[in-house]
Amino acid sequence: MTHVPPFRLPRGGRLIDRSDQLGFRFDGRHLRGLRGDTLASALLANGQMMMGRSFKYHRPRGPVASGAEEPNALLGLGQGGRFEPNQRATTTALVPGMVTRSQNCWPSLDADIGAVNDWLSPLLPAGFYYKTFIHPRPFWKHVFEPVIRRSAGLGKAPTDPDPDLYEQAYGFADVVVVGGGIAGLQAARDAAAGGGSVTVLEQSPHWGGRTPIDHAGGQDAIDALLTDLRAMPGVTLRRNCMATGLYDHGYLIAREALADHDPNQGIPRQRLWRIRAGRVITATGALERPLSFACNDVPGVMLASAMRDFIDLHGVAPGQRIVVVTNNDDAYRTALIAADAGLDVAAIVDARPQATGDLPQAVRDRGIEVLTGSAIAKVKGRRHVEAVAICDQDGEGKITRTVECDAVAMSGGWSPVVHLYSHCGGKLTWDDAQALFRPDPDRPPLGADGQGIAQAVGAANGDLCCAGDLERPEGATMPVWVMPARAPHKLRAKMWLDYQNDVKVTDVELAAREGYASVEHTKRYTTLGMATDQGKLSNINGLAVLSGALDQPIPATGTTTFRPPYTPLTLATIAADARGEAFQPLRKTPMHGWHEAKGASWEPVGHWRRPYAYPQGAEDREAAVAREILAVRKGVGTLDASTLGKIVVKGPDAGRFMDMMYTNMMSTLKVGRCRYGLMCNENGFLMDDGVVARLSDDTWLCHTTTGGADRIHAHMEDWLQCEWWDWKVFTANLTEQYAQIAVAGPQARTLLERLNGSIDLSADALPFMAWAEGDLAGIPARIFRISFSGELSFEIAVPAARGLELWEKLHDAGADLGITPYGTEAMHVMRAEKGFIMIGDETDGTIIPQDLGLDWAISKKKADYIGKRAQRRLHMVDGTRWKLVGLQSLDGQVLPDGAYAATDQVNANGQRVTEGRVTSSYRSPTLDRPVAMGLVRHGPARMGQVLEFPMPSGAVMKARIVDPVFYDKEGSRLNG
Amino acid sequence: MLILTCPHCGIQAEETELHNGGEAHLKRVGPDGSDEEFEGYMFARRNPRGVHLERWRHAYGCGKWFIAARCTVTLQVFGTYAAQTTTPPDHIVQAVRAARPDWNPTEEGASE
Repeated sequence: MTHVPPFRLPRGGRLIDRSDQLGFRFDGRHLRGLRGDTLASALLANGQMMMGRSFKYHRPRGPVASGAEEPNALLGLGQGGRFEPNQRATTTALVPGMVTRSQNCWPSLDADIGAVNDWLSPLLPAGFYYKTFIHPRPFWKHVFEPVIRRSAGLGKAPTDPDPDLYEQAYGFADVVVVGGGIAGLQAARDAAAGGGSVTVLEQSPHWGGRTPIDHAGGQDAIDALLTDLRAMPGVTLRRNCMATGLYDHGYLIAREALADHDPNQGIPRQRLWRIRAGRVITATGALERPLSFACNDVPGVMLASAMRDFIDLHGVAPGQRIVVVTNNDDAYRTALIAADAGLDVAAIVDARPQATGDLPQAVRDRGIEVLTGSAIAKVKGRRHVEAVAICDQDGEGKITRTVECDAVAMSGGWSPVVHLYSHCGGKLTWDDAQALFRPDPDRPPLGADGQGIAQAVGAANGDLCCAGDLERPEGATMPVWVMPARAPHKLRAKMWLDYQNDVKVTDVELAAREGYASVEHTKRYTTLGMATDQGKLSNINGLAVLSGALDQPIPATGTTTFRPPYTPLTLATIAADARGEAFQPLRKTPMHGWHEAKGASWEPVGHWRRPYAYPQGAEDREAAVAREILAVRKGVGTLDASTLGKIVVKGPDAGRFMDMMYTNMMSTLKVGRCRYGLMCNENGFLMDDGVVARLSDDTWLCHTTTGGADRIHAHMEDWLQCEWWDWKVFTANLTEQYAQIAVAGPQARTLLERLNGSIDLSADALPFMAWAEGDLAGIPARIFRISFSGELSFEIAVPAARGLELWEKLHDAGADLGITPYGTEAMHVMRAEKGFIMIGDETDGTIIPQDLGLDWAISKKKADYIGKRAQRRLHMVDGTRWKLVGLQSLDGQVLPDGAYAATDQVNANGQRVTEGRVTSSYRSPTLDRPVAMGLVRHGPARMGQVLEFPMPSGAVMKARIVDPVFYDKEGSRLNG
Repeated sequence: MLILTCPHCGIQAEETELHNGGEAHLKRVGPDGSDEEFEGYMFARRNPRGVHLERWRHAYGCGKWFIAARCTVTLQVFGTYAAQTTTPPDHIVQAVRAARPDWNPTEEGASE
């Protein structure tokens, strides 16, 4: 047996299937709707008019609209990772088993504690927070803000990961038509007739927009257009596809709902379209405006068009006895449709002095009373409409009669949807005759060629009186911004403009009195238009009220800025499949798999993953690092250095170029030798360092930091291409072409000699800072005698494809020597023990090489290098700059990285003046005590002095200024 | 998102393929420059409301630098040309002047 809920009309409803009942839950209650319902229509059919509470006063609210502009009927949908807050019930299709809940109320929608705010509303005017919570100052942070934060915000963010799939797609079209109503479909047909590709995007699941509802024969006209379009080559029709933003040069973003209603099909739930459109036609229609009369927010008061939609599309009666209030002819259609559905239309309250067109006549012919020159003084009822008090529009609200009713259909006229047109620079013009802003065809957004890229058609262009080829003769609209015209404060204080944020006519008027003359300022002060509907419903009403209060015409006030997205996009849709492992590419060295198999603990460095350490068994990371360091210091270890940047600079002018890139003199470097080089930017600051090897007369190989490879290569190309383009130099980034292995420790030479290479590794043949080429264990290799650990060290570069082979041969050959792979942390600690700087630790983009005592690496002979002029500036040669020193903590504890040294002086803010900071700090396993480096004012001249480092706990750590080289000061080990 | 045609490889590149390098045709001030000259070169960049000559690198394409002449207000692109020049080529100047007759490349970006 079919169960018909009390508010479902016995017939009608062009979108619903009465044979297909769907169960769903609302706040725990089991309800039933029909296939084709929206969540809003299903709730209405169950008699559930109240669907939420307002944000500030917690007033009971029902749906006021039937589309994307809905501010009240926002629900939480789904459960777990699929929970989504703030979903508009009016645009959400009902799905079997749907779980929904109301928001912004506690303990329940019916009995909400926060509703007390409504009684306090005279005490909570616009700007209340700004005015009230200023003093005493500490109260904001500790008392006011935590309380306000708890009560603020609609809905709750889900905490579980989103289990659904999302994807992105790229589209290209000569013309994109946004809006599948009659104007859009006709524009698409016209565009396609000229050839080329045409894509039509419609936000809803249905074509035709309002035409099938508002016009006899409307559906036939739509069907005919669709038939034509489907037969035309080059035409693509997409429903459920919301164009959310138009950006520079015709870049259009749209969200297509693929499986919103059944996310278990294994296909993406939504698809983000990134479309390059040659031209965009906005056929986005218009949105009806509410009227500002007292208590226009009581559940049961809704837009006339929304009421028409619920009756005609879903066969749902929003009420049994309806009053229509309007300033235009269009709302009379609602009266006719309601009457056709068998509902009682108690009266039409028309603010205009006269209503004489075809539509009013048709209504009068049904015997419906039309009260012209009239207004609603007040809606009676709290949780639902009980009656309306009628008064004269041209008056102060003196009640002439009261009409009992349970629903009010209101229409304050229509506002074209101009968002897409405005998103990237299109301007609007005020149409005084129709009292609306519409796109100015003379000032469209422009494309790369300087021509307009967007054009509005139909209602989106303010063309309200005809629907495509269908005539819509209507009488003129009379602007009504406040109802009645001279309503006293008591009534205006109950006229809602922004429903969700509880902004009323009096709030905007107060803002104007307090000097908020700019509409952008008034918006932020009152929060008008800052709700989730972003002012779609009521911004025009609000700025009309502001204009009235400022006594200036509406175009002088202007609109707030229209920003994308038109409707909210979930972050998952924007991220699409760029999440988890696919979030960014992972770069792997040839030895990555070996490290993985050995249980490496990873450190992300750029897109690389480098082994931080190789913990064994129950060992923690710290213990592993200490073990690795001692193994290198006493025996031999290997580091995968393949991630280091390797840039070849080659050509007749390469030496000259190298001298400009580096602070050092690189042109004099001998073939076969290496030099540690510093690279500064034009502002003088140290940006990268590394060992440079001269490979041949005209070829240099530049090693960069792991993170710097691409950046430094780009830096070189910038100067080569844009400054010295006549210099004969090529650069090539060969980072991934070579695997590189550092073999370090007193046994390093012993180990390498076991591998039967062609290269003489003796200290005489291959001294420190030399390199040689040959083969090692049958693999072509370049061996660099360089050291970042302070030990005897060889860095071996081999073709990437043979890196793992060499690594494994080293470990086979060195087993009896205790060969140990070591990670980045052991490398960091060892270089700090040795006093070597690290880009990113000792530098932060404001450090020049001179700060780090690296003057020896700055050529005095060169006329120029990048950064030389900058380093001569007053502040750079100022003797008070903080300079690099070693720091030895007095109590044997490790200084916190980044800790500041403070003097006894205080600055103007009462803060202690600082005189240095810690840049690197470790416990040294080699020395069995802490080592640290830092930058200190006059540091090198203050050896032996003790600095104080105040800790957040209030304690003070002390450290002595010492030489930064803690280990093997003479360099006998590294030179060995 | 802008579309600019790389004059080196001819590809119509989207902004995500490109890297912006700021004002074009800067004259480098070397070690002999005064403090004022160096400050002007290093920091005083034009930020015009109108026609701008700016450097772009086809970073995820051919890797070459080029210069785009475009309007920062209307986003109209008057043309792109290789970075290996100290002044905009004639055909670019003509293209800009076709739309902005008063434009003078030597006063490019003079504030309005």
